[in-house]
Amino acid sequence: MNEGPLVAFAHLLADANVRAVLLGSLLLGAGAGAIGTFALLRRQALLGDALAHATLPGVCLAFLATGSKHPLVLLVGASITGWLGTRSVRAITQHTRIREDAALALVLSVFFGAGIVLLTHIQRTGAAAQAGLDKFLFGQAASLVQSDVWVLTGVTLALLATVVIAFKELQLLSFDEGFARSIGWPVGVLEGLLATLITLTVTVGLQLVGVVLMVALLLTPGVAARFWTDRLPIMLVLAALFGAIAGVMGASVSLLAPRMPTGPWTVVAITSIFAFSLLAAPRRGVLARAWRRRRLRKRTTEENALASLWRFGETVTDWTAPQSAARLAAERGLSADVALRTLGALKRQGWVERATGDWRLTGPGRSRAEHIVRLHRLWELYLSERLNLPADHVHEEAETMEHLLTPELAAALEATLARPERDPHGRTIPTPEGAR
Amino acid sequence: MNPVTGVPALEVHNLTVAYHRRPVLWDVDFAVPEGVLVGIVGPNGAGKSTLLKAVMGLLPIASGSVRVFGEGLAQQRRRVGYVPQRESVDWDFPVRVREVVTMGRYGHRGLFERPTAADRAIADRALERMGMAAFAQRQISELSGGQQQRVFLARALAQEADLYLMDEPFAGVDAATEQAVVELLRELRAKGRTVMVVHHDLVSVPDYFDWAVMLNLRLVACGPVTDVFTPEHLRSTYGGRLSLLTDVGEAVRRAQSGQPT
Repeated sequence: MNEGPLVAFAHLLADANVRAVLLGSLLLGAGAGAIGTFALLRRQALLGDALAHATLPGVCLAFLATGSKHPLVLLVGASITGWLGTRSVRAITQHTRIREDAALALVLSVFFGAGIVLLTHIQRTGAAAQAGLDKFLFGQAASLVQSDVWVLTGVTLALLATVVIAFKELQLLSFDEGFARSIGWPVGVLEGLLATLITLTVTVGLQLVGVVLMVALLLTPGVAARFWTDRLPIMLVLAALFGAIAGVMGASVSLLAPRMPTGPWTVVAITSIFAFSLLAAPRRGVLARAWRRRRLRKRTTEENALASLWRFGETVTDWTAPQSAARLAAERGLSADVALRTLGALKRQGWVERATGDWRLTGPGRSRAEHIVRLHRLWELYLSERLNLPADHVHEEAETMEHLLTPELAAALEATLARPERDPHGRTIPTPEGAR
Repeated sequence: MNPVTGVPALEVHNLTVAYHRRPVLWDVDFAVPEGVLVGIVGPNGAGKSTLLKAVMGLLPIASGSVRVFGEGLAQQRRRVGYVPQRESVDWDFPVRVREVVTMGRYGHRGLFERPTAADRAIADRALERMGMAAFAQRQISELSGGQQQRVFLARALAQEADLYLMDEPFAGVDAATEQAVVELLRELRAKGRTVMVVHHDLVSVPDYFDWAVMLNLRLVACGPVTDVFTPEHLRSTYGGRLSLLTDVGEAVRRAQSGQPT
C-alpha cells in the first residue's frame, strides 16, 4: 500500500474492466463536449441542466417498475422523464405568461425533488439491489460494469457520427434558425434530433458524472474551446478533446479511490482546462489581452513623448533642438524614471538621439512626431467643426485618438476636412513630407 | 403580374396572424406583380416583420393563405430568398463570412448533402458583388454593421431567387452600404426580380421603391407608390386611431385565455 499513485494506476490498467471504464469515460467526455457545444451555441445551456435533473425520477421509476438495474432499462426511464421535463418547459413558456428562466427553474426543482423522494423511498425499502442508485447523484465510474460500458460506447459513437453527418444542418440551426426554416428545412425534426442527442448523452453520462453535475461536462468543454478558435469544426474537436481529458481524469480518481464520486472530479478537471484557456488562449485569453493593452499603453507613452519633443521644437522653430528629460517629464506628468526609460526606448528605435546630455529628434523621429501631431490636430479640428465641440474640450479626445487612427481613417479624415491648415487652437497642422 | 402569364409574384389572401391569441396582422389581402421593388411601411409594431415571416412560413398563420408565383410556398421555395433582421443572429458565432454566404445554397441541396464546388463559386460571386470578397475568410464578429448586412445580402444573392423578402436591410448601416443596397435592389429589378423590403425611412420611399405596402395591423393600402403613398394613407397608417382595434384584440385574447376582463 506504499506504492505511488502512478504505480497503482499501472496496476489498475492491467484490469480489463478498468480499461473499459476509462474508454467509456473518454468517449462520454468527447460526446458530451461535442454535442454540448451545440447546446451552448443555441443558448440552451440551462435547458441541459433542467434535462439532467429531470432524468432522476425516471431512473428511480424504471427501477421500481422492473426491479432491474440493467443500464438499458434505467436509460429508457431516464430518457422518458428527461424528455417530459424539456416538453414541460416548452409547454409552460408557450401557454402561460411564465418566462423561460422561471419555467426552467420550476421544472428542474420539481423533477429533481420528485427524484430525491423516490430515491429515499427506494433506500427505505432496503432492497439489496438499490445500493447502486444513489450513484446517479454524483456519478461513480468504478461502479460501471461491462454492459454499462457497451451501452455508453454505442450511444457515444452514434452521437459523434451524427454530429459529423449532420454538421451542416446543426451549424445552420444554431446560427440562424429562421433562415433554416425559410429554405424549407424541417427545423422541428432537426431540433428534435439535437434534443434526442443531448438527452441520450445526459442519460448515458449519469452513472459517470451524475445528474447534479452533468451540465458541467456538457457545456464547459465548449466554453473552453471557444477561447482557442473562431471555427466551429475546430471548436467541436477541441471541446471533444477537453471533455475526453476531463472524463478520463475524473474516472481515474474514482478508480484509484473507489469511494470518490466521479462527477466532482470530472468537473474539477474540466474547470481547470477552462481556467487555463481563459488565461492562456492566444487571442481571446486574459493574458494575451492584458499584454496587448500593455503594449498599447507603452506605445502611447512613446508617441506622446515624440509629440512633446516636436511641440517643444515648434515654439522655437527648431525641431531638432536638444531637450531635457526633465522638461518632458514635467510636460507629460511622468516620473523622471519613466521619462528616461521612454526616451531610452525611443533611442533604441532610432527616433531620438543623445545630444550634449539632452535628447533630440532624429530625422525619421521628426517625421514620425510630425505625423502624430498632425493626427491629433486633424482630429481636434474634426471634433470642433463637425461635432461642434468647444475648442477647449477637444484635446483630451484627440489625445486618445491620435494613437488609434489607422492610415485609412487619417486619409478619410483629411479628405473630409478638405486639407486644413490650422487646428481649432489656431496652430499650424503639419503636412506630410511629400506634400510640402 | 407577370407581363406574359399575369401571375403575381406574391399573393396574400385574408391573412391573419396572432401571437398568444393577440392578432398582430388582421385580414391582410394584397398581390404584388413581378419585377417591382416594394417598400413595406408602417409604425413600430404594425406587423411588417410578421408579414414577411408569415409569408415565409416562420410563423403559424391563424387564417388566410399565401401564394408565390401562383403556387404554394412549398412548391416555389427555391424561388424565394429571405433576409432576416441583422440582430436576429449572434454575430459572435464561430463561423466565417464565406461559410455564411454558402448557406444561401443549402436550400438547393438536400439535407446531409455537402455544398458543391459550383455552390462555393456562386457564393464567391455573391460576395464579390457585395464588395465583400476581401472579407471571405474573416470571422463574422470582426465585421461592422454595414458589412454584416452585406454578408446577409450576399447570402440571399447566392440563393438565386426570383422573389426576395428583406427585413430592414437599411437598419443601422453606413451611407456607403445604404447606397450599395439601393444599387443592388435596382440591379435585381432590372433582371426582373421582385423585392419586398421592410423600410423605416418614409422620406426615401418614393425614391427607392415602385410599390408600397402600407401596414398597421391591417392593410391600409397597396399599390404603385405614385398612387398609394398619399397623405391620407400615411395618416391612417401612422395615425393613432387604431387603438380601438388593439383594445378589442386585447379583450378577445383575455377572454379566450380565461383571464379576468
